[in-house]
Parts: sequence; C-alpha cells; structure tokens
Amino acid sequence: MKKTLFDKVWDAHVVDSIQDGPQILYIDKHLIHEVTSPQAFNELADRKIPVFRPNQIVATADHNTPTLDQHLPVRDELSRKQLAQLSENCKKNNITLYELGHKYNGIVHVMAPELGITQPGMTMVCGDSHTSTHGAFGTIAFGIGTSQVAQVFASQCLLLTKPKSLRVTVNGTLKNGVLPKDVILYIISKLGTNSGTGYFCEYAGDVFENMSMEGRMTVCNMSIEMGARGGMIAPDATTFEYVKDREFAPKKDAFDAKVAYWKTLPTDEGAVFDKEYYFDAEDIEPMVTYGTNPGMGIKISETIPVDNDPSFKKSLDYMNFEAGKSLIDTPINFVFIGSCTNSRIEDFRVAADYVKGKRKADNVTAWLVPGSKQVETQIINEGLKDIFNAAGFELRQPGCSACLAMNDDKIPQNEYCVSTSNRNFEGRQGPGSRTILASPLVAAATAIEGKIIDITKQLN
Amino acid sequence: MEKFTTHTTQAVPLNIANVDTDQIIPARFLKATDKKGFGDNVFRDWRFDKSGNLNTEFTLNNPIYSGSILIAGDNFGCGSSREHAAWALVGYGFKVIVSSFFADIFKGNALNNGLLPVQVSESFLSALFAAIETDANTQFEVNLETQTISIKGTDLKESFEIDPYKKTCMINGYDDIDYLLSKKELIEAFELQKTD
Repeated sequence: MKKTLFDKVWDAHVVDSIQDGPQILYIDKHLIHEVTSPQAFNELADRKIPVFRPNQIVATADHNTPTLDQHLPVRDELSRKQLAQLSENCKKNNITLYELGHKYNGIVHVMAPELGITQPGMTMVCGDSHTSTHGAFGTIAFGIGTSQVAQVFASQCLLLTKPKSLRVTVNGTLKNGVLPKDVILYIISKLGTNSGTGYFCEYAGDVFENMSMEGRMTVCNMSIEMGARGGMIAPDATTFEYVKDREFAPKKDAFDAKVAYWKTLPTDEGAVFDKEYYFDAEDIEPMVTYGTNPGMGIKISETIPVDNDPSFKKSLDYMNFEAGKSLIDTPINFVFIGSCTNSRIEDFRVAADYVKGKRKADNVTAWLVPGSKQVETQIINEGLKDIFNAAGFELRQPGCSACLAMNDDKIPQNEYCVSTSNRNFEGRQGPGSRTILASPLVAAATAIEGKIIDITKQLN
Repeated sequence: MEKFTTHTTQAVPLNIANVDTDQIIPARFLKATDKKGFGDNVFRDWRFDKSGNLNTEFTLNNPIYSGSILIAGDNFGCGSSREHAAWALVGYGFKVIVSSFFADIFKGNALNNGLLPVQVSESFLSALFAAIETDANTQFEVNLETQTISIKGTDLKESFEIDPYKKTCMINGYDDIDYLLSKKELIEAFELQKTD
C-alpha cells in the first residue's frame, strides 16, 4: 500500500491498538517547559508513579521568563516559583534542563531543532500547541495537554486515534518580499481556522522544497492555527544538512545510517490523502491579519472583507477596524519580532537587511526577542545587533515574551502591535492589546515607518 | 476522575464562534503549579471590564442563566493547548460543553478532566440557543450512555459521537495513565525491537 510521510512515521511508532479505540503511540522525545508540566509532575508524585524514560525528556524555561536582566533573580514571585518548581522537578527526576541563562536555553521550539534534538522520523510531543514546528523535519510533532504530559512521563506513550491526512501543495516561485510567514498566513486565510481539525497536514510542492529549515519551521509552526494538530514537510538534503553536526545529532556512520532511513520517509507517489488543497505561489503577497484569529488575514494591499456574521463584527469592533477599509497607513506604536514562529536567525537577518541604515519612527517601540541564547549570540556575532541598535530597536534576551505576554512584555491596552508571532486572539499580547500578525519584513518596515505601509510598492 | 452518566440542568449560552483558550483562561493566570483556582478566572477578560468591574452584559454574569452546561459557538477551544482551560471550566462548575465543532487538543483535555464535549449539528445548536432564548429555565438532558442530548419538554433530541474507549473512561472514571501502565511490558518490548 502506498503510504504518506505521516503514515510511515506513525506506523513505525504504534505499540498496540485497542479494538474500536485509540492506538498506543510511542513517543521518542518529550519536551517540557515550566507552564504545562508542574501539574503533571504532581500527578505522578501523588500516584507514586516514577518517570519512565527521563533521558528522553528535555526541559527548558521559556514561557514565563523575563527578557531583561536574566542574570538577576526573577522579580515576579509567581513566575519565580514556577521556574523554581521546574528546576526542582527536573533535578528530582533526572531530566536535562536548560534553565534561564544556560547557553542552550531558549524557546522550546527553537532550541530543540538547533541542538539537533529534533530529527526526521521521530515522534515528539510537548505541552504546547506550537510543537507542530518540529514537523518541518519530517517529524510527527504535536501539542498535548497536561494530562497527556503525565501519561508520557508515566509510559513514554499516548493513547491516540490516528488523525486523517491532509496535503497542501504550493507550487511556483514566491514573489520578492513574500516570506514563509506570508505563505502560511495566506493558506490559513484561505482555509480557515478549523479546516485542519482532526488532520495532520503535509506541505508539499516546490515552495516548501526551496525553503530553508527556518522557513519550514515557520510554516509548520502555524499548522495548529488552521486546527491541524501537526504539519510535516518531507525530509530532504536541506533537512539533512541542517541536522548534520548539531550537538545531539548522530555523528559519522550513525548519521549516514540515519540519512539512509530518512530518505525512505517521503510520501509514496500515488499515496492518497483524505483532503488536498493546491495554491499557486504567484498568488501570495505579504500578508497582515485584521481580526482576532489567524484566519482573518488579507494581502497587505487588500481591504478588510465585509461580513455580517456577529462573531466577525465582534472581532472588528475589538480591533477597531472597519469592514471594507485598508490597513495601509494605520499608525502603529509597537512592533514585536520574536516567538517560536519567527525568532530564528534568518528572521533577524531579514529584518536587519531592511533596517540597515534606517531609523525607527519616533512613535514606535520595537522589541526584538531572539528564540534562544544561540540565536542571540548569532545576532551579536553577525553584527546585526549593531544595525538594530543604530536603528533604535531594542534587542532583548530569549523567551516567548510578548507572544503570549505571560511575563512583563505586554502591549498596552488598545494599542496595535505588528507582531511576527502566531496568534492575534483578543488580549493575547496583554489585556486589551490588538495584534496584527505579519512577517519579519513587514514588521521591520512598520517599525521604520510608524505605520503599516504597502511593502510591495517598495520591493517591486 | 469523576464518573459521568447522565446530566440534566439549565444551560448558559455563549453564542460566539472560535472561542480560543486564551479567552477561556488568559495566559497571565497560568503561573500556578496546581490545578486549583482557575475557575475564578474563567473568561476573565469577558467577565470583567478593563477596570475590573463586572461586565453585566456577559452571559456568565447574567442572572437569568444558570446550570452546568455551556452551549457555545462553532470551533470552541481553538488555540493554545493549555489544559488550564479545561480546569477553569470545570472549576467554575461546568460538566458539559456543547458546540457544533471542537478544537482537537481542547476536546482531549476536556475528556481527560471529566468535562464532556458534546458536538451537535449546526441546526441543533441553533435550536438549543433558541430554546434558551425562549425560556432561560429550559432544562437540557445529556445522556452519555445513550449518547444523546435533548431539550426537556420538547421532542428535540440529537445523538452525539464519542470514542468508545473514552466513553468507557468517562462512565467509569478511568484515566489513560491506568491503561498505559497496564501495558508497560508491551511498551518495553516495543522499545527493544524499535529499529531507529
């Protein structure tokens, strides 16, 4: 039988199947962080169940960490306690932890790939919905709830019903200034926020084949924003090259043996998907969102659609936008470049390339938050920090930061923020904040102009 | 986990589509290390206005609505995987959430906490909202054994789907950990033969 990439990885991890019920799926790597793990550790302790495979778990502190003065004790008491709890739980259970300040610390979905923890053909989970990011490597990776975190602690397995398969194919050549973020925002704007629910999505076609690993991660990261538990891209030479020589990647002969296996993973010619969508690369332009879910996106040159649905109207009211209007020239006071979607070195290179020799508008606060300590070091070593400093941007320390505003990095009430993150939900970046999702290029241009501009006019 | 069989109460209507888990429990309340207290902050930014005063227009604050069934718009629970959303709804006192569509992760989290997600057709969902609008004291019965939801005092009834394994868990109060631990030998054998 012809198999999809997803089928191949899934089937290789099925321990057992319950009749008329879920399957037991073996999990290779379990990533944890401070917010969704404490209750799972408590559950195990209460029931006197040991952590089954601590060496397959890697922990980092990211959601709740400050992005300034990381060498000092965390000021917020609850955050400090939560971080201390993670350290204690990891120590007690012999789990590797990259805590605040560690050279490998970073956002879970940035640090694991860059350390070579993420590898093709694996199953990976984390108590975070953006675990879909790791699918960029041809990995089955998905977010889980805390009860499931406890299940993986206890058994290194999960009980799951195999999702249906979906494939999104984008062929053609992307226009100048169209970044991976625009591709995924475009797809979600066409398919809606629940089209992928119950499915695992494979991205195929030359647009993804020609993308860097950073770009592929950006795309797979937002699979959950169309409801898909995970997204995947077939591993190829780009993938192998990225994984090679990374800290925890297999080395020499072991690596070659892996590559031989990884090459068998791509979807067989003629394999059947439950659902397929096709798009042309030429139709995609730089995107922005205007509403309060990631499906509410338009090309930057378009106008907000007109819709009488009450939930749609509620969304526009919240954003203080009008149907039929353009977002061009909307004054913007906050710009955020960061999050597990767009905080990798390539994102900062794109932004720096645009910003070089320019100065941010006076009204703008522009935060740059690297995805990891390693990305932060790269930014400094490549001289990007100097470019950003000269332009008036503020380079902060790694973490999830203003993507979800659990720490002090909050966008004030009623303010717009052009953000490279993944969610524009009401209050996501702070109570009353209004998020406009965009690529690092659009975010950088917004910071320079102090308002949304039609970037396509500058590029073409 | 508490056992679930049949549940009959009034219901609270929340006729908004795409309710995401950031609305159910905003991120700033996720700093706790236990499962307690999240009910106090369920729908925090909809229940209270920007100055912290009760938003009397929000459905949970409307005294005419009561009961432990929440009837919500399409695609309920999308976004973040935070199980805190399920803890917050349970903590507030909900036992059943009805919608025409649930996001994946939320649905799993709800089931793992004895909170029953009942997915109905769009037309039945409209009928449920209409019934509450006509009479806020309308009683609804959710029967897990027969997998049906009905509007008391009418003939309106619809069946809903649930994974048979999860149904057994809900009815008996089992959780997945017990099951997985019972399969430990099988898991260890799998690890030994695993090629990669």
